[in-house]
Amino acid sequence: MKNIVIVNYGLGNPASIKNMIKKAGAGADITDDISLIEKADKLILPGVGHFGKGMQLLREKNLLEILNDKALRQKTPVLGICLGMQLLTNKSEEADVPGLGWIEAETVKFRPSKDTLKVPNMGWLDVKPQMQHLLFKDLETARFYFVHSYYVVPANKENLLASSVFEEDYASAIIKDNIMGVQFHPEKSHRFGLQMMKNFIEL
Amino acid sequence: MTVQGRKLVKTVGFKKPNYIGDPINAIKIFNDKEVDEIALVDISASKEGREPNYSLIEEMAGECFMPLAYGGGIKTFEQAKRIFSLGVEKIILNTALQDNLELISESASVYGNQSIVVSLDIRKNLFGKRELYFNSGSNKSRIPYMQVIRNCIEAGAGEIIVHDIEREGTFSGYNIPLVAEVAKQVSVPVIALGGANSVADMREVIREGHASAVAAGSFFIYKNNDPKSILINYPSQETLEKEIFAHL
Repeated sequence: MKNIVIVNYGLGNPASIKNMIKKAGAGADITDDISLIEKADKLILPGVGHFGKGMQLLREKNLLEILNDKALRQKTPVLGICLGMQLLTNKSEEADVPGLGWIEAETVKFRPSKDTLKVPNMGWLDVKPQMQHLLFKDLETARFYFVHSYYVVPANKENLLASSVFEEDYASAIIKDNIMGVQFHPEKSHRFGLQMMKNFIEL
Repeated sequence: MTVQGRKLVKTVGFKKPNYIGDPINAIKIFNDKEVDEIALVDISASKEGREPNYSLIEEMAGECFMPLAYGGGIKTFEQAKRIFSLGVEKIILNTALQDNLELISESASVYGNQSIVVSLDIRKNLFGKRELYFNSGSNKSRIPYMQVIRNCIEAGAGEIIVHDIEREGTFSGYNIPLVAEVAKQVSVPVIALGGANSVADMREVIREGHASAVAAGSFFIYKNNDPKSILINYPSQETLEKEIFAHL
């Protein structure tokens, strides 16, 4: 049995993620305990909310060192969800603090030119994979649930895992080696989210 | 999905609750139908002055693999916090809007504006004037509804449900003029509720009423809009694509 840990740093809804993992046939620990994170085979970084607050909480809980070690040295698969994806980037317009900086990218605010497009971008969007990857196995045509006001702009095309359309195309999933981020909520995207969780468990 | 205690019920004009079945079963069916979002409303919590039914909410959240909103009996930030922690994405407020807009601002500052939905229950009086109600349609607002809506948005509400009480459960069609009046004056998404009778009706309240989204209860619960035959149903993605999205 693989040991999946949902990093509980205080933002987002880890209970919903755990529910979906359970539905996908596995289990997960929701924890901020460094020794449990150290033992994890897979990490999920959840989060809904403010970028600055997210980084502050990771720092206050002394999680930066262990997360850097797991992601960058041990190459443990990491999935960032929503704010958890944005935290993978170098910085965000939302706050004056650096992000984890694991993927060359920055996070910027949606500024739609049409006032019919409301921010936050909330609801279901098609997600189109931009490369062959096991995270998107059997998800060539899929839709997922989104709630966000900021989005990620990867510096390099090779880090673009999937895209969606708000006013224009943007990165709805990014990747670098073992590190993945999705802007949408697989835990709230019924059969598509279930498939993605299964894919992540099997990676 | 409206519940009284642990029972899924449907009402007509907020009256005559008709027992439908077990809400957990119903949410499982809605999962399989791949609905976009579920709103669970306990219509007797405020009336009976009791706490939200946390164990039911937790069970429902555990079976709900799509976004879940909960409303009914939320009076304090502590209650809101507890509900969010159970796996609920949004809270729906109505009765608390009478005297407690701080509940909106406090919750929005922690969970974000997108997690606060206000539900405005509106009914015409004898003279045809639209009035806002709280507490399952029993307390009339002294403040006009457009003012209440503005106050709620200012406090941090991220979505507005416009609910026509008289049309609820009647299949007489959405109140398009009412939805349009609100949607034209606010910057946050407006959700139309009350009276849904067809997918075409949904399309029209989006097109003509400028609703950002549509919600329905009876339409998804009864077969062929017939309250005598309970059959949970939901249009397929293909139908929605053809009948709604292709026309927007």
